[in-house]
Amino acid sequence: MWRYTLKRMLVAVPMLLGISLLTFVLMRVTPGNYLDTIRMDPQFSKETIRHYEQLYQLDKPLAQQYIRWIYNLLHFELGYSFHYNVPVHKIIGERVWNTFVLSLSAFLFTWCIAIPLGIGAALNRNRPVDRAVQFFSYIALSFPGFFLAMIFLFWASQTGILPLGGMHSPDYDRLGMGGKIVDLLKHLVIPTRALSVGSIAALQRLMRGNMLEVLGQRYILTARAKGLPEGRVVYHHALRNAVNPLITLLGYEFSSLLSGAALIEIICSWPGLGSLMLTAVRSKDVYLVMASMLMGSILFMVGNLLADIALAKVDPRIRYD
Amino acid sequence: MIERARHLSEFQIALRNFRKNRLAVVCVYVLSVLYGGALVAGFLSPYLFKNEDRNYSYAPPTPVKIFTEGQLTRPYVPAMELTFNEYNARVYKIDLVKKYPVRFLVKGDEYRLLGIFPCRYHLFGVEAPGRFYLLGADARGRDIFSRLLYGGQVSLSIGLIGVLISFMIGLLIGGISGYYGGRLDDILMRLCEMVMMVPGFYLLLALRAAVPDSFNSVQVYFAIIIILSFMGWAGLARIIRGMCLSLREREYVLAARGFGLSDFKIVVSHILPHTLSYSIFAVMLSIPGYILGESGLSLIGLGIQDPYASWGNMLSDAMSIVRIKFAPWILWPAFFIFLTVVCFNVIGDALRDCLDPMLKAEGEAQ
Repeated sequence: MWRYTLKRMLVAVPMLLGISLLTFVLMRVTPGNYLDTIRMDPQFSKETIRHYEQLYQLDKPLAQQYIRWIYNLLHFELGYSFHYNVPVHKIIGERVWNTFVLSLSAFLFTWCIAIPLGIGAALNRNRPVDRAVQFFSYIALSFPGFFLAMIFLFWASQTGILPLGGMHSPDYDRLGMGGKIVDLLKHLVIPTRALSVGSIAALQRLMRGNMLEVLGQRYILTARAKGLPEGRVVYHHALRNAVNPLITLLGYEFSSLLSGAALIEIICSWPGLGSLMLTAVRSKDVYLVMASMLMGSILFMVGNLLADIALAKVDPRIRYD
Repeated sequence: MIERARHLSEFQIALRNFRKNRLAVVCVYVLSVLYGGALVAGFLSPYLFKNEDRNYSYAPPTPVKIFTEGQLTRPYVPAMELTFNEYNARVYKIDLVKKYPVRFLVKGDEYRLLGIFPCRYHLFGVEAPGRFYLLGADARGRDIFSRLLYGGQVSLSIGLIGVLISFMIGLLIGGISGYYGGRLDDILMRLCEMVMMVPGFYLLLALRAAVPDSFNSVQVYFAIIIILSFMGWAGLARIIRGMCLSLREREYVLAARGFGLSDFKIVVSHILPHTLSYSIFAVMLSIPGYILGESGLSLIGLGIQDPYASWGNMLSDAMSIVRIKFAPWILWPAFFIFLTVVCFNVIGDALRDCLDPMLKAEGEAQ
């Protein structure tokens, strides 16, 4: 298992390099960088701009700039954000954490709702409950997440129960430990729901399908024939086998939430990696974009890796190495 | 009496099964209406997409009256006048004295029918000083109904063209990768994984950053199509590759090779057609992704730019949510995005169900 994990990580390195190179090229292929914005500003003297250019080697050829960035990266330096006027690592850590919190919350919410819903639907197959669940899932699947976020925000603005976007209330710092947690949870409600409605629908359908397939197996018939109580048949024999295939989805699910979170973050003004990336791209803040891409990809990859490991832990038939 | 045996091809059987799915057939009709509407948007819409009148900012849908003092008359729209209430909020007063009859085939803004023929006639509309807002007006007093039709041209076509490009790339790369195997396969698949490893929306933003600001709207439109197709091909290529790995071991491929057919020809005309039944419903199920991608990008102001309409950029008005309260009709584009996505999903699912027996049969033949 360790060997497998290590191998996966080693394979990831050249890929991350490729992604960073791609990002760098994409950012530099169009003329202009953040210094052009500063150049327009009469507050900055020519000497200051020269100084910046030399500091970040923006006057050197592109290849050299990229190599310099890699060199800095190896020293755990992510470069400097011109837009925010601070080193990139000072802002990105917090943003990664915020995105992680949002994705995790959406992820937990999705699984806690979708799995019981799928089981319930499978056990009540073709009854009105099942029909209703399937119908609403279909609608939810086609509902754009960003529209859902808008509707929820509108609803919040009308009722005033929930905060309108953001991550903390203005008086967050004055709250006690419990108050802080409640405040965070309150802010999480809208983006979490906007993110997870679609995933719940998809996951619920998969769970229902798997459950139905397993319930049709011979060993379920055997379990019933030997007189096991129905609850034990369903939750002990059927459920374990039905959940298995979903565990591969676990990581991908997390990753897709991460990607979907970007747009929701922007709409709900959640201070995460996605909204940071948008600001960075808009202001042509090269190093910030590259760092955001890198962090996003790493989170994404870790999600997938964890999924594969979890699968091997749960299903003894699967062996890596 | 001799009963004639009817022979149906696999495709005909699939079509017959598809027709049994009522919902899917309805969806096909709905989509036809949407695409047809977008195609002749200029004719169906009373105004041009950029025809604005700031006096009618966020004007509500114009009521169409057919009664005058209890008497049935031809449909007309009353004049609307902008007034302000005591809180300085906009209130549109309906002036029933001034009437503008709704006319058919009226002369109005010039547009190009089907993009070719210059034309001034619109299906319906009212005479000049009156304004007819079937679904209300947006911030600049442009007709939302007209803009929905014009926006459909962008939003609906991006899905189709995007999916076409990315499927051609995906099929070709997947086919080549699976057929040749070895080193080439390794390189191509690592490339795929690289594209798939970046969270989608981040990649979208980074790719958008590479589009120069100097591009005009048409160029941006094509740039967005290329960006979306660049993101879409990888997933398909991987699946097609997997199928080709097993297909290339078949006898007929060996035979084709024995006849001295070129590798390219074998891949294109003997291997890829076998992945067709999978590709057909995969296409349908992936179109929504393109439509949503464009909407998302336009929504945050990085897609199609004003005054050109797309469903996404029309919706960006609703980003400041207070507007939803006093002008809920700005949410119409969202409804059409939803409708389109539902239709493609239903059709895709129905296609999968009726093509699946073929997939299964192919799997068993191995």
